[in-house]
Amino acid sequence: MSTVSSQYPTTMEPMNTSTEQPLLQVENVAHYYGSRVGCAKVSFSLWPGEVLAIVGESGSGKSTLLNIISGRLALSEGSITYRDAAGQPYDIANLPEGAKRRLLRTEWGFVHQHPRDGLRMAVSAGGNIGERLMACGERHYGTIRNAGKEWLHRVEIPENRLDDTPASYSGGMQQRLQIARNLVSSPRLVFMDEPTGGLDVSVQAKLLDLLRHLVRNLGLAVVLVTHDLAVARLLADRMLVMHQGAVVEAGLADQVLDDPHHPYTQLLVSSILQG
Amino acid sequence: MTAQTDTMHSMENHAEACFQYNFAYLDEQTKRMVRRALLKAVAVPGYQVPFGSREMPMPYGWGTGGIQISAAIMGQDDVLKVIDQGSDDTTNAVSIRSFFRKVAGVATTTHTSEATIIQTRHRIPEEALQEGQVMVYQVPIPEPLRWLEPSETETRTMHALEEYGIMHVKLYEDIARHGEIATSYDYPVLVGGRYVMSPSPLPKFDNPKMDNCPALQLFGAGREKRVYAIPPYTTVKSLDFEDHPFAVQTWLRPCALCGSTESYLDEVIVDDAGARLYVCSDSDYCAARQAQGHVGDGMPVAAPQGTGKEA
Repeated sequence: MSTVSSQYPTTMEPMNTSTEQPLLQVENVAHYYGSRVGCAKVSFSLWPGEVLAIVGESGSGKSTLLNIISGRLALSEGSITYRDAAGQPYDIANLPEGAKRRLLRTEWGFVHQHPRDGLRMAVSAGGNIGERLMACGERHYGTIRNAGKEWLHRVEIPENRLDDTPASYSGGMQQRLQIARNLVSSPRLVFMDEPTGGLDVSVQAKLLDLLRHLVRNLGLAVVLVTHDLAVARLLADRMLVMHQGAVVEAGLADQVLDDPHHPYTQLLVSSILQG
Repeated sequence: MTAQTDTMHSMENHAEACFQYNFAYLDEQTKRMVRRALLKAVAVPGYQVPFGSREMPMPYGWGTGGIQISAAIMGQDDVLKVIDQGSDDTTNAVSIRSFFRKVAGVATTTHTSEATIIQTRHRIPEEALQEGQVMVYQVPIPEPLRWLEPSETETRTMHALEEYGIMHVKLYEDIARHGEIATSYDYPVLVGGRYVMSPSPLPKFDNPKMDNCPALQLFGAGREKRVYAIPPYTTVKSLDFEDHPFAVQTWLRPCALCGSTESYLDEVIVDDAGARLYVCSDSDYCAARQAQGHVGDGMPVAAPQGTGKEA
């Protein structure tokens, strides 16, 4: 694999030439499941407001990568640095648990593939959206409720569903509620694991539209894991193609999709059904 | 009157009891273990300390946690009062009092002011507690976060990191569903500005009594194997929202027996038509007031429309 990597661009040169610092700097990270490789030798930088897609087949290590950069899985090698709004760097691998969890509920968001993993199913939509605000110290019921209403509106869920539990929502609504719940604290970086995974095609399209809208308007940086190249093309600025735990190709999303260099990427691109 | 009889019994039973049981039932090693846990609990107010809870001669849920604490802290000179739902006369209260009379030979009482140890389930006596008294609470579920977070590992982490936002989610849900904070018992409190604690099935009416209380308050959960404590004069704050502040229950009527307007009232259904009598839940307080000449109207209230059986 190492000989292959050298033939194709697998690291990314920063596209931002201003003095701004990258939001997330991932250097040579690896995670091993015993002797098995989860992912290895992955490096990239993510800039504020940028959407990075990690694509690859199942078992290629994309979820492992997402979990290590979001601090949910221990790092075997390498380093991850996150810079907060004040420019303060955080070494994610060695961050104390408390600071990590604080990041996860303030500056970060995590959208799970299955809304059930990211929502409290027995708590009303308003409570789900308000949870982060309350965790950050908001103690005014009216304010929390208004934020809930506003976010339901923004993710196109009727306001009168505010007091219903997510259990009574459709799959697409649950996923939109999960997004609202994550975005309410105005995070700077959102991790998404197959956000459109379990949804049917028309709902997927609507959700993608909404996501694109929110990401552009809020200037969110997003790390998006998907096996669906269409999702990557629609949302992502740049992409990493993973295969057997390694990044085989990286670059601007359109560039990679229109002119794939690595044989695996070519296979991936050619396997999209053409209408 | 009950108090006098209890004391007499205890004198008779003491000699006999000494041959059959170790003082206060538990063996000395167990009592030391419980005391060590209690010392830690007092040192870290509101923190749940694990302890090696023993089998007691009563079922879980009947106060095995409270009875172990009482046994561990009891001395020969202590005077024990036990209440269940505020009353000294309920089965549980009578049994636990007679248990300790038998196995420890201590004096028992029903008068709050005379007691040095007050073991309770559900209530704090209406009469103000004093320095030197110890409240022992029987706790079924010690973990206030349990209803929202099933994992013990996770709730411990949340306590360690002071992540208590989720407690307010519970209160938020109450207001969203009922228009007010409908949690009326086991109302979560913040102890000493640090740990969120479950005050056992105490009605929220009693929450303010825990704040800055001169008595030592000990909590024992036998089945869950946890003890925790509030040392004397510790701040205990009931959680709330700025625009929905904490408030205790109020009643439209005074106690039907003693006319008190300041006590926690039980609703007792007195006939087949569903008529209700509102009476103090604290039997000692009510009796003392009646002895002082306070009288209520003694009148039941007619059943609310649409409920209760027709006569």
